[in-house]
Amino acid sequence: MLNIQDLHAKIGNKEILKGLNLSVNAGEVHAIMGPNGSGKSTLANVLAGRNGYDVTKGTVEYEGKNLLKLLPEERAWAGLFLAFQYPVEIPGVNNVYLLKAAVNAVRKYRGETELDAVEFLGLIKEKMKVVKMKEDLLNRSVNEGFSGGEKKRNEIFQMSVLEPKLAILDETDSGLDIDALKIVSKGVNSLRNEKRSVILVTHYQRLLDYIKPDHVHVLSDGKIIKSGGPEVALELEEKGYDWIKEEAA
Amino acid sequence: MSPETMSDNIQNYVNDFNQLKIDDWLDESRHSALKLFKESGFPNSKLENWKYTDVRPIKKKSFSNVPGLTTSVGTEEINAVRFNGLDCIEVVFINGLFSKEHSTLVALEKGLVVENMLDALAKDKDLLAKHLTKYADDKVSPFTALNTAFIQNGTFINVVPNTVIEKPINILYLSKESNSALATHPRNLIVMGENSEATVIESYIGLDDANYFTNAVTEVALSPSAILKHYKIQQESLNAYHIGNLNIRQDKDSKLESHSISLGGALVRNDIHGQLAAEGAEIIMNGLYMTGDKQHVDNHTRVDHLKPRTLSTENYRGVLNGKSRAVFNGKVIVHKGAQKIEAHQNNANLLLSDDAEIDTKPELEIYADDVKCAHGATVGQLDQNMLFYLRSRAIDEETARSLLTYAFADELISNISFAPIRNRLEHLVIGQLPDTALIREFTNE
Ligand SMILES: Nc1ncnc2c1ncn2[C@@H]1O[C@H](COP(=O)(O)OP(=O)(O)O)[C@@H](O)[C@H]1O
Ligand SMILES: [Mg+2]
Repeated sequence: MLNIQDLHAKIGNKEILKGLNLSVNAGEVHAIMGPNGSGKSTLANVLAGRNGYDVTKGTVEYEGKNLLKLLPEERAWAGLFLAFQYPVEIPGVNNVYLLKAAVNAVRKYRGETELDAVEFLGLIKEKMKVVKMKEDLLNRSVNEGFSGGEKKRNEIFQMSVLEPKLAILDETDSGLDIDALKIVSKGVNSLRNEKRSVILVTHYQRLLDYIKPDHVHVLSDGKIIKSGGPEVALELEEKGYDWIKEEAA
Repeated sequence: MSPETMSDNIQNYVNDFNQLKIDDWLDESRHSALKLFKESGFPNSKLENWKYTDVRPIKKKSFSNVPGLTTSVGTEEINAVRFNGLDCIEVVFINGLFSKEHSTLVALEKGLVVENMLDALAKDKDLLAKHLTKYADDKVSPFTALNTAFIQNGTFINVVPNTVIEKPINILYLSKESNSALATHPRNLIVMGENSEATVIESYIGLDDANYFTNAVTEVALSPSAILKHYKIQQESLNAYHIGNLNIRQDKDSKLESHSISLGGALVRNDIHGQLAAEGAEIIMNGLYMTGDKQHVDNHTRVDHLKPRTLSTENYRGVLNGKSRAVFNGKVIVHKGAQKIEAHQNNANLLLSDDAEIDTKPELEIYADDVKCAHGATVGQLDQNMLFYLRSRAIDEETARSLLTYAFADELISNISFAPIRNRLEHLVIGQLPDTALIREFTNE
């Protein structure tokens, strides 16, 4: 589904990603762990198509296409979803309207008929239950005045409505209490099937107690320095990043 | 005659004035106003108040001041610019001339008078003599003097004390191409009795792309505890010139809400002057200007806090595109002894193009010491983080830009409590955006 090879990316003159390789098959959940500043969000943003990053080398193939050539919206139409580490507040843009427009933009791209208001409400009612999304939040402007946890939950709610093929969650677990963490995990797990893939960017192994990854990678200084199964996360938790850095060196 | 005055076309206005041949009690005022105008001529940009707005296009053009010259305007055409389904009292003017046929002035609610100015001058002399020309100062602006000289067509509204008028009063000033380029001088007077309440909408609309000049003046007198919600919607033709002057005098505990929406016009100047002349008076001024191409739109406001415990809140927003230019100047004067007043002012601007330009200037003059004043101005572009967020949610770039622009403008309009007006204004704002079809998904439309 996703194949990243020798990816180098710069912000301004600063090289952040320094030859990253990652391959994700349909149905797999990959966790990417790493210390602050190692380039996790940069990777997520480059995959989602944010401006300001300069890819100097390497390739990213998504479902056989050159992902890097697509506009951010084209990536979304093709089933890619980024849950932001810091979701932005957008005053004056209604949450529900945005979600409906998003759903219909994707449907239009796929050649499906667009949903009307009633059909759409039917769709989101179910999803609201899964992530315990409060109705009054839904009718507000996007993320405006939301608490940190509410913003994260809104990201997961959007994800579960949009049903992406490849979801990238950038530290969605950070700052969540254990109840919120369980709800977010439920949202992710309910999406899991043999066709969908998830990249979980996280700082803590705690999330992986609730969402079982197939593969765990350690990102350090713009490169993946270790890959393995869930046991890598446990080892990390126990021994810290320095141990892995030493081992890799 | 110097070349300068020759090109001013002032003689042209004088000639048209002489042909008016109105003979009523106001004529002395008209004559002295014309004299003032002749002496001062059009304002030039050396005057502080006109520093950023060059009115030479107006003064160079020779307009006819005889109202009503027109190819006919049909009901269909008027319906197209009416508020859909809004139950309102309507006063219609076509090329400056009152249209009895299209207005709905029969069977008015009790306690309400709505008349064409010429009729009111004949019928309500006492009331008019007390208020007309008393709040708009001919000496402050030559355009006001010019308007006073031509007082003839316009709307007179009087709400008697202790009366609430439920239906909005919708005044339509419609303009359309005619045999010669027209200058019209609508003059409105709104007198609100003690403890009365009303909503008035003044719309200035170009029905085609004609080149004409609207020079409007509105005077408002609010008796104690009166409430007026005043909307001005400026949708002149993109080749038209519009000078509008709103002057308000407020008595004790009265409240004025002014919403000024400026969308059309090649060269536009809106002036609002509020005088808070007694304790407890409150004025709210909201404004939205959206400009594109080579439009020039200047909003000047001035509030005089003359007495203690008066309140002013001002919020203006601008969306500028193309090579357009906008000016915002908000003056607040707190007079001696006007203690415990509050004055808040904000002006926010969104620049959608590198070639658009805004001059924004808040001015505070404070001669009292126990006051609460705050003002701020911002100029910015669309937020890149918001844009990316929307695009990552499958919204194409063009729609995302439109949507964020709409959201910026709608911050002002969404606060309007009266739904039919709010919806109409939202509709107009959407119509002003580069890509209209796509963003309807996000609104009530
Ligand atoms: N906009 C930016 N401009 C300059 N440097 C940046 C910018 N964003 C991130 N960086 C730098 O890039 C590196 C990687 O950042 P990031 O991808 O956010 O790391 P992580 O998500 O792993 O904490 C850090 O050193 C950070 O300071
Ligand atoms: Mg990060």
